[in-house]
Amino acid sequence: MNRKALSAAFPVTVPVLMGYLAIGMAFGFMLQAVGYNFIWAFFMSLSIYAGSGQYLGVTLLSTAASLGTVALMTLLINFRHLVYGLSMLEKFKGMGWRKFYMIFSLTDETYALLASAQAPVGVSPRDFYFAIALLDQSYWIIGSVIGGVAGALIPVNTEGIDFAMTALFVVIAVDQWKAYRKHLPALMGGLVTIVFLLILGQWFGQQQMLIVSLGVIVLFLLVLRDRLEEKEGTAC
Amino acid sequence: MLSTGGAIAAIGVMAVVTFLTRALPFLLFDRGNTPPKIILYLGRVLPPAIIAMLIVYCLKDISFLQAANWAPQLISVGAVVALHLWLHNNLVSIFGGTVLYMILIQAVF
Repeated sequence: MNRKALSAAFPVTVPVLMGYLAIGMAFGFMLQAVGYNFIWAFFMSLSIYAGSGQYLGVTLLSTAASLGTVALMTLLINFRHLVYGLSMLEKFKGMGWRKFYMIFSLTDETYALLASAQAPVGVSPRDFYFAIALLDQSYWIIGSVIGGVAGALIPVNTEGIDFAMTALFVVIAVDQWKAYRKHLPALMGGLVTIVFLLILGQWFGQQQMLIVSLGVIVLFLLVLRDRLEEKEGTAC
Repeated sequence: MLSTGGAIAAIGVMAVVTFLTRALPFLLFDRGNTPPKIILYLGRVLPPAIIAMLIVYCLKDISFLQAANWAPQLISVGAVVALHLWLHNNLVSIFGGTVLYMILIQAVF
């Protein structure tokens, strides 16, 4: 690792340092609360490395969800990463073996930094991007381990702490609501899920209905394409 | 609670699926092919629909028979929205909403 690239990248990553230490700590703390200590937090942050995905992971582990449910829920929560990849195709070209790590570590926050940050003169952009990605993950791992240790040391009644995941989704939804001009996709997604998951799910099983809801949502979006496309065009 | 092996398997699945969702665009479109318009369209409109779906999923255990089974959730969701519109700070919104929810279910309802 190139020291020049690291010292150029560090100031750029400071906002993520603050954010990741805090959210990472909350993750480690929650994981400890459902019975998995900081060693688990360390390996999850090392191998999965996804903020909202790991919050979801706490719930999946604590409810002993089946592997199929784990796979489906992880796919859903990470779906937005598909969009990130599309806009990083050019940036990661020619990075060799490091490209593998760049793709693995493409979280919301790293994406945001990579999308806007410019390498200073004299530092290779590829080294600079790699340093940003590496620093970000190290903050995340450190935060989650501290949270796990703190959770074991501080006795708190943690009942209800899993609401953090709901809160995270609500925050994402509020941000999206402001960024998009058309709100039909969000409203339709919520409504379809209420109908299929909450109402029909009573009879047909909620796990199956989650997949059905997703299918119906995609179908509706395809049907509504003409209406949504012309107006959404430049909104994001 | 899962067995140790079961938990390791679940974490492995999460790691593999997360990586695949990040790698898919590179696997499909890295050789200079432009993605089909329909994929770009879905990539733009699907995320808000999915987040709405996940919020409903998180709140699926709400029941309107007793205040204790809906009020803490809905009050806390309202608080998260209000905090976020007011201060625009992810951490404050998430932390504030969660602490409020914990207080509501542990001490109020």
